[in-house]
Amino acid sequence: MKAQTPQQKVQKTQQKKQGNILFSGVGGQGILLASEIIAYALLAEGYDVKKSEVHGMAQRGGSVTAQLRYGDKVYSPLIEPGRADIQVAFEMMEAVRYLPYLHQDSIVIVNTQKILPPSVATGQATYPENVLDHITKSGIKVVQVDAFDLAREVGEVRTANVVLVGAVSTFLPMAASVYEEIIAARVPAKFKDVNLKAFAAGRKVSQG
Amino acid sequence: MTVIDNYSSWLSGNEAIALGAYEAGVKVASGYPGTPSTEILENLSRYEGVYTEWAPNEKVGLEVAIGASFAGVRALATMKHVGLNVAADPLFTAAYTGVRGGLVIVVADDPEMHSSQNEQDSRNYAFAAKLPMLEPSAPAEAKEMLKQAFVISEQFDTPVLMRSMTRIAHVKGVVNTSEMMASPVTVGIEKIPAKFVMLPGNARARRVAVGERMRGLQAMAETAAFNRVEDGDSNRGFITAGVAYLHVKEAFPQAKVLKLGMCWPLPEQMIRDFAASVDELFVVEELDPFLELHIKAMGIACHGKDLIPDQGELNAAIVRRCIDPGSAPQLFPPVPLPMRPPNMCAGCPHRGIFYNLSRMKVFVSGDIGCYTLGFLPPLSAMDSCVCMGASVGIAHGMAKALGAEAKGKIVSVIGDSTFIHTGLSGLINTVYNGSSSLLIILDNRITAMTGQQNNPASGCNIKGEAANAINLEALCKAVGVKHVKVVNPHDIKACRKALDKALERDEVSVIISRAPCVLLPEMKKAKLVPFHTELANCTGCMACVRLGCPAISWNPLISEEAVARGYKEKQKGYALINEVQCNGCGQCQALCKFDAIVRQGGEQ
Repeated sequence: MKAQTPQQKVQKTQQKKQGNILFSGVGGQGILLASEIIAYALLAEGYDVKKSEVHGMAQRGGSVTAQLRYGDKVYSPLIEPGRADIQVAFEMMEAVRYLPYLHQDSIVIVNTQKILPPSVATGQATYPENVLDHITKSGIKVVQVDAFDLAREVGEVRTANVVLVGAVSTFLPMAASVYEEIIAARVPAKFKDVNLKAFAAGRKVSQG
Repeated sequence: MTVIDNYSSWLSGNEAIALGAYEAGVKVASGYPGTPSTEILENLSRYEGVYTEWAPNEKVGLEVAIGASFAGVRALATMKHVGLNVAADPLFTAAYTGVRGGLVIVVADDPEMHSSQNEQDSRNYAFAAKLPMLEPSAPAEAKEMLKQAFVISEQFDTPVLMRSMTRIAHVKGVVNTSEMMASPVTVGIEKIPAKFVMLPGNARARRVAVGERMRGLQAMAETAAFNRVEDGDSNRGFITAGVAYLHVKEAFPQAKVLKLGMCWPLPEQMIRDFAASVDELFVVEELDPFLELHIKAMGIACHGKDLIPDQGELNAAIVRRCIDPGSAPQLFPPVPLPMRPPNMCAGCPHRGIFYNLSRMKVFVSGDIGCYTLGFLPPLSAMDSCVCMGASVGIAHGMAKALGAEAKGKIVSVIGDSTFIHTGLSGLINTVYNGSSSLLIILDNRITAMTGQQNNPASGCNIKGEAANAINLEALCKAVGVKHVKVVNPHDIKACRKALDKALERDEVSVIISRAPCVLLPEMKKAKLVPFHTELANCTGCMACVRLGCPAISWNPLISEEAVARGYKEKQKGYALINEVQCNGCGQCQALCKFDAIVRQGGEQ
């Protein structure tokens, strides 16, 4: 049997007309904007969309998630363990931390960046070696994106989150133009072009 | 339709509640920031024609709303669950006075304690204060329910509680605008002493009215549209409310459901009829067995907390698993990883104080705010934290209990906003009843943890317009503190001197640690030049690493690596400053004895 591309693999999800996208990362990485762009794109496609996030104490550099659910009608705003179809991880260890939310056919888009938690930064613990192996050895497809480097290449390191939006966009049913319209409307005018470039760079990686 | 048309209709629960307040014709809204309730007032402050404010605490916020109601306008008070404890005093008696203009209190619970010190269930207040409480499930419903709450308030002459929670407040969903409403109540001064002056003679008469009102509300609940039966398979019937309703619909989409939009008072006949119509009855609710207790008190058999946890947040998986244990799916097991707790920001002024406290043999009585993170390693410099304002009273109580032994060993720390919230009365007590504890006010010019809200010491109101700024030094002196000193927390050595001196005294001292929060726009704009590490000079002493600054990382070396880098063979590693994260506060530079930390481009 011919191996499926990741995009073909998630078509199953799209046919169900519903899906769960888990964003994970470190407070302050721009998860909010990334998840909103994708949510608006899903809304434009006619889906009911709910998103859950946590504010307050958890935001201060801690491990954070945003949970996005879409379908004809979404009740619960929370993704059940084992039911995240796509995970967008902004940091490698934060990809692995939420492994129980994934299933065999999940797709993980991961920014290959390491942000050291306090215990590691102060020498009390070490950052796990080859941490993504925990996901790949479960047979789950991982798409690695050096979002920080790509963002630097397009000329603005702060667009790393939009690079990741580009990477995940190829796994969702909406056309690129839908995202581009949203990005153009959401970011300040002088950062519009660089964000669109970041989006295109992210798309290229996951299509590659 | 373009993509953009969907924008205004996809709102968080807090945005939806603000829109609902606007559409309901609310004229006055007051509250104190508290996750997850904060963004209600922030959003409402952007609408025309609504007066909004940050009050110093929830009690004052509710009292302001009561006053506005007495004057005949629709009024809103917002707070988090623990804020309702502070506001409970006016709440219980406002239940007796009733209202003129509609009065609604939105209280946001936080199951799982995502950003709270306890997970109390606010529904118990509705029962205890004899007030109706509405309980929406999602942003769109929260908006519509808030509008209904104002109608109920005026119709039944009662304050109305609405329970939000984290998974409404910070959930975004599709929300539609709807018609504007207007209150039929006449605005103006009306003297109704028998209703508004709650001394025993009047209160006894009002107590009777409260009883009648609850019976009226109960009758209304039997037919109100927000209490509804959703037909389905009657083998299992579910009574549920709030966010738990969504999890039930997700876990058992075919089941028959009684969704209660008003969790107090309960529609007894409706519940009896529903119970009789199903083979097995399940009550699914988050936190306390509130519905279950009252349903069981009606003599109705049901499952509830025998199956469903009474702690933490629910989700569909938990509901499904607890009712059908065999249905639990096989999951990938969690991978043990270093934890990633929240941390004070790079350049946070609080760090300078906690670094000093971590190196002193003192008991640190802490309080609620970003600085509670001073508890975490490597600083580990907080020894208690109970509730807003508690640090001061607890320090005084310990000092009194320990007597002479306490001298120089008890310190309380509190933020500027928390001090104004409920810390001031503690300080008055400390001075009045005389103990020698030291109070440090961590004045970062803003209510930071909840996301940068102005407070009475900031010099700006909720809209960012200029307002009076409390002079904290003068305030402390006015209540009788003789020794008040202002320090710059980034100057670690000077702070230590001030702390040592204050702890030598036999009288109460206040140290005001004053430096703006690094997240304030003016600080971001005036970005200080970051520091970098002169790696050749680093000896691996770890002095800077002990600050726990997220911009500084420790990089371990084996001896060959150390030698290759030109270090001594026994050097165990080196510290590195991330120049992108560094905010240029300079705390680490003062700790480095080897000139390994220098400002980029040299000192200014």
